[in-house]
Amino acid sequence: MATLPFFVYTIAFLFVPAGAVMLGAFQDKHDHATFSNIKLLFHHPYIDAYWGSIRISLITATIGAIFGMFVAYAAIREGTPRWIRSALSTFSGVAANFGGIPLAFAFIATLGPLGVVTVWFRNAGYDLSTKWPHFQLFSERGIELAYLYFQLPLMILVIAPAIDGLKREWREAASNLGAKGWQFWRYVGIPVLMPSFLGAFILLFGNAFAAYATAYSINQGQNIVPILIGAYYTGNVLDNPHLAQALAFGMFLVLALMMLIYIPLQRRSARWAK
Amino acid sequence: MEDYEAQEVEFWAKLEEEGMSRSSMLRRSAAAAFGLTIMGSASTALGATRARLAGPPTVETKAGLALLVKNAKKEGHLNTIALPPDWANYGEMISTFSKKYGIPITNDNPDGSSAQENEAIRSLKGDSRAPDVVDVSLSFAIAGANEGLYAKYFNTNYKTIPRALKDTRGYWMGDYWGAVSIGYNKSLVSNPPKTWKDLTKPEYKGKVAMNGSPLSSGSAIAGVFAATLGAGGTLSDVGPGIDFFAALKKSGNFIPVQTTPQTVASGQTPISIDWDYNNLAYVKEFPAANWGVSIPSDGVYAAYYAQAINATAPHPWAARLWEEFCYSDQGQLIWLKGFSHPARFNDLAQRKVLPKNLLAALPSSALYAKVKFASLSQQTKAKAKIASDWPSKVG
Repeated sequence: MATLPFFVYTIAFLFVPAGAVMLGAFQDKHDHATFSNIKLLFHHPYIDAYWGSIRISLITATIGAIFGMFVAYAAIREGTPRWIRSALSTFSGVAANFGGIPLAFAFIATLGPLGVVTVWFRNAGYDLSTKWPHFQLFSERGIELAYLYFQLPLMILVIAPAIDGLKREWREAASNLGAKGWQFWRYVGIPVLMPSFLGAFILLFGNAFAAYATAYSINQGQNIVPILIGAYYTGNVLDNPHLAQALAFGMFLVLALMMLIYIPLQRRSARWAK
Repeated sequence: MEDYEAQEVEFWAKLEEEGMSRSSMLRRSAAAAFGLTIMGSASTALGATRARLAGPPTVETKAGLALLVKNAKKEGHLNTIALPPDWANYGEMISTFSKKYGIPITNDNPDGSSAQENEAIRSLKGDSRAPDVVDVSLSFAIAGANEGLYAKYFNTNYKTIPRALKDTRGYWMGDYWGAVSIGYNKSLVSNPPKTWKDLTKPEYKGKVAMNGSPLSSGSAIAGVFAATLGAGGTLSDVGPGIDFFAALKKSGNFIPVQTTPQTVASGQTPISIDWDYNNLAYVKEFPAANWGVSIPSDGVYAAYYAQAINATAPHPWAARLWEEFCYSDQGQLIWLKGFSHPARFNDLAQRKVLPKNLLAALPSSALYAKVKFASLSQQTKAKAKIASDWPSKVG
């Protein structure tokens, strides 16, 4: 009985809308059943949009997960002053939720074509967009950089409890048995962290895959799936809600595929826990 | 000045020609829309009964205006949607209407899109917050009328709206038109671009922006149409326009930042392709941006938006009074003051009620002489082409 509100909530706000999207994906303008929307997804520009979304999500999830773990470990390990850890977790809590238009604005104001940093470099005689690193905020690299601003802190927040779980005694036991530093990591540290790491990676992937407002505010022409869905749903121009639903359905499939890869990997990596 | 009027007459004649294919389209779709029409008017009647008012008229006469004003005042409120205050001078339109009739206006979602306007009519049906009137782009006006979203209403000045700018069934009428122009920040752009070809020059690297992406913005689609003309193409195939922007992107001239009043004021979009009424409004609004406007001589394209009344409007009388006000001489001049060409421009010009200072603020009429409007089929074709090619080619 106590879980009733939870189930009512998930049915009303998860299953009903998801069901409506799936149903709509297979309908035409007159609500007749059709596969034409789904077939379109395999043609350009839609397939390119999926590649664009997957590329950005994989890159930012990989960089975010690896660096986030190192940063979290550095802050949590023995010998790091306590205040660094609390400052980092407070900052991460804020930054992980700093997305959308405010984040895009912050990047436009610093690294945009007239951003503070860009202009500062230009005044010093160095144009960041024409010379190394050839940086343009509206490019895919620019959007990835903006995404990392919330991906890294999210990783730190999610992985911190797992790193906390690495007991000091294990390390001591390992070195008493003659293990070198790398051997501890190879046989104890990484296997213990792996399931959480993979879980966090999937979370980061989904986080970037579904992000809309940040990318839209930086470059609304960027060919990624959420922006295309937006154009088909709310634009002044294209009015095809069913194609938008098919695009959303395709996103479900990509995430489901990720889960299919993730579950056996996770199970394999958690073998030792049994 | 006489020269200017002659140009206008010639232009309207051309406009009528362009509109022909559209009206034949309309006739064909009228039969299909008939069933929905009945449903639409039934619910209008229902809403009116609930409000305990005699039904508002579908055809207004000069004599009936007093009753319209009386009942609108009794309703005491008007809901509008997606009217940016600095777009075609809507801010003044709203405040003048409110002051004149003592009817406050709630303008919901000022930066909304046409799709959101039609969606608000559908989803807020029966709700007192539903929009009473909408201002949508042409394709949405036609789709909305066919879906039965709008009420039929012939305002007192309906006859003087050019034929090509109105729905003969009275479900929508064009409100104002604008041409695609190139705005530029004179402090950042020393050599003003005058044609589409000019925009490809290396000196404009990282400077050229549009008011949105053509996947979601009507004015950006218009930009692609105009660039197509500039590249020597026709309105039936916007391929050359898409390639033009692809080349601009490749050379680094095009920046995919959506122009807003803020980006103009801050200088983030030093060159902006947008409706002439938006660019001309920036000249006055942001003197510090030092804004200038060109009507590109190698491709002049224009389009209009349309007014319609929600079939299930919570304030049906006030909605009709708003239409009367917008299409009155006073309302038309407010639009003109916002640098858009109001629907009854020609009528006002013939009756010589256009103030000279307003005309002087518009670019020379000679620049608009070659203006072209796309037919509905051309627009549909262009959208399909843009939807399939723009994301991969320009993106």
